Amino acid sequence: MASVTLRNVSKTYPGGFEAIKGIGLEVADGQFCVLVGPSGCGKSTLLRMVAGLETVSGGDIDIGGRIVNAIEPAERDIAMVFQNYALYPHMSVYNNMAYGLRNRGMPKPEIDTRVQEAARILEIGPMLDRKPGQLSGGQRQRVAMGRAIVRQPKVFLFDEPLSNLDAKLRIAMRVEIRKLQRRLKTTSIYVTHDQLEAMTLADILVVMNSGRVEQIGNPLDIYQKPATTFVASFIGAPPMNLMPLRADEIRSQFPGDSRAGDSRATREAGILGIRPEDFLISSDAIAGGIALDLTVEAIERVGAETFIYGTRQHEVQGVAANPGELPPGEVIVRIPGAIAPAIGERIRAIAPRDKLHLFSADGRKRIDL
Amino acid sequence: MVEHRRFGNLLPHLVLLAGVAIVAFPVYLAIIASTHDNSVIANGQMPLIPGSHAIETYWNTIVSGTGKTTREPVGGMMLNSLIMALGIAAGKIAISIISAYAIVFFSFPFRMTAFWTIFITLMLPVEVRIFPTYKITSDLHMLDSYAGLILPLIASATATLLFRQFFMTVPKELVEASKIDGAGPIRFFWDTLLPLSVTNIAALFVILFIYGWNQYLWPLLITTRDDMQTIVIGIKKIIDVHDALTEWQVAMATAVLAMLPPVAVVVLMQRLFVKGLIETEK
Repeated sequence: MASVTLRNVSKTYPGGFEAIKGIGLEVADGQFCVLVGPSGCGKSTLLRMVAGLETVSGGDIDIGGRIVNAIEPAERDIAMVFQNYALYPHMSVYNNMAYGLRNRGMPKPEIDTRVQEAARILEIGPMLDRKPGQLSGGQRQRVAMGRAIVRQPKVFLFDEPLSNLDAKLRIAMRVEIRKLQRRLKTTSIYVTHDQLEAMTLADILVVMNSGRVEQIGNPLDIYQKPATTFVASFIGAPPMNLMPLRADEIRSQFPGDSRAGDSRATREAGILGIRPEDFLISSDAIAGGIALDLTVEAIERVGAETFIYGTRQHEVQGVAANPGELPPGEVIVRIPGAIAPAIGERIRAIAPRDKLHLFSADGRKRIDL
Repeated sequence: MVEHRRFGNLLPHLVLLAGVAIVAFPVYLAIIASTHDNSVIANGQMPLIPGSHAIETYWNTIVSGTGKTTREPVGGMMLNSLIMALGIAAGKIAISIISAYAIVFFSFPFRMTAFWTIFITLMLPVEVRIFPTYKITSDLHMLDSYAGLILPLIASATATLLFRQFFMTVPKELVEASKIDGAGPIRFFWDTLLPLSVTNIAALFVILFIYGWNQYLWPLLITTRDDMQTIVIGIKKIIDVHDALTEWQVAMATAVLAMLPPVAVVVLMQRLFVKGLIETEK
C-alpha cells in the first residue's frame, strides 16, 4: 500500500530524443491510474521508469514516500505484468509464481501459502504443475497476474496486459482486473492504448501525447470536458466531431453569452467540437444550439445504435489533423436504434447549446462556454 | 506434396537403398574383417560373411594390445579420445555460452569489437595457427597431457555465434521479469537462460563431440607417449608397421571401436539434437 508521485519526471535518450517531457502525477494509495495515449506517446516508457527498467533523466519518482530513482527494480516493491506475459517457459506455473519469492529468501511454507492463495483467487489451482506452453492466452495472463499478486507489492504495474487476448476475453479480463484491484486495494498503474479499457478501469485517467500529459482527471470528467482537441478526439469512439470556425462564425454562433460573449477568446477563430451522440436528427432548430445540414455518405448499423457519416453542405477550411480526427468536412452522428436515413439523403443534425465544446484555434486550450 | 501411389514410392526407395548401400558397405566390410583371422584377409580374399575370431580379436585389441604393432591396448586410447572429446565439447560450450551471454545481454565499451574479434577467429582454425599454438603449449609444459590436448581447441567462434543467435531471440521482457523478481545476472543465467538453452547445448554437444573425437593433427603433434595417444592416431599406427604383416583384423576392430562413441552420442542425443536445430518455441 503506497502512493506513487512523479515530480517533473523526464526521459531523454542518449540520441537526444525526448521521450518524456516533464510529467507530474500523483496516484493516491489504492487508486487505479490508467495511462492512455497513441503509440509512441511515452506511456510505456513512463511505466518502465516507475518499474526501474529505464533510467530517469530528470525529476523524482516517489513510491510510498521513498524516492526510488536509483533503486533496483527488485527493491522497489513493485510487480509488473507484461504485454507478452514474460513467463519463464521452462518453469511450471507454481515455480513461475514462486520464483521471485524464493529469490528474496522467503521460507518455503510461506511461499506455498501465498502461491496457493493467489491460485485460488485467480482460479488457476488445477494448472499449477503445467508449463506456460500448455496454457491458453487467458490462462497465461492469469499466471502473469498471479506472479504479481504473490509478491504483495506496494504497486502493480500493467503494461498493456490485455492486448494479446481476443476481444471477448479482453473484456472479461478487464472486469476481473478491476475486481481484483478493488479487492486487494493495491495502487496500480496501467498502460493501454485502448480508450475503452482506459475509461472503464481508471480512477484517474492520464491522457498522454508525445511525451506530455494532455489531461489528468476522473474518466467521466475528461470525457465530458476534454481539455484539448487531442483529448477530445482520442477519448470516445467514434471520436468527437471537430470543426474549425472563423471568428465571425463564433460571434454569430455564440452571441450575447454573458460569460463568453465579450471575452477575447470567442472573438478569435476556434474549433467547435460535438460528440456524435449529442446530435439529434430533426428539422427543428434549437435556440442557441447548432444545426448542420448533412448529406449522408455512409451508414454503419451495429444493432443498438447506428452511425451516420455525412458531409457538411458548406465546406470549411481544414485544420491540422489530430490522431483519430475526422477528415475536414465529415461529421459522424450517432443515433439509437437501427432506423436510419438512406445514403444520399439530406438530413439536418442539431445539437443543443450545452453539448457544444469550444477550443482555441490551435486545439491546445478548452474555452468554457 | 505427399503422394500415395502403389509403385510411386519404388524409385525413391531404390535411390535411398543405393545410398545406404554405398555408405554402409565399407562399414559392414570393416566389421566382417574384424572377425576373421589375419591370414584370411592377408591372402587377398576378403570374405563377406562373419568369421569366428571376433571375441579373440576384440579382446586382444581392447584389453591386451598386440605386441607386434602397437604397444598399447585400444581401451586406453579410447579413454584418451573420450576425455579429449568430452573436454573439448564441454569446454567449447562453456566458453562460448558465457561469451555470447556477455555480448548479447550486457552493454559495455567495445562490445561489438569483442564480437567481431571472436567472429574473425573463424578464419583461424588450429591448422593455420599450429606453430604458435604448439610453441605456447610446449612452453607451458602441456605436451603429452590432457590439458594440452584440450585447452588449445576450446575457443569456438561457431558456438559463440550460435548461442548469440539464440540469445537474441529471448524476449527482453524475460530479462526484465527476472530483474523485477530479484534475479541478478548470474541467477538469470543459471535459472532461465541455461534451462532454455538445453536443446541448443545438446545439438552443439553432438557436433563438438564428434569434432573432438576426430581430431588428428593436433594430438599427433603434441602426444609422443604411447599411453597418451588417441584412437584416431592409433588406427594409423596399427596399419603403418614395418617388417611385419599388418594386422588387418586389429586395425578393422579399432576402426569399428573408433566409430562407436560418436554413433552412440548421435543415437542417444538425436531427439534433442533435432529439436535444438529446428525448434523456435519460446
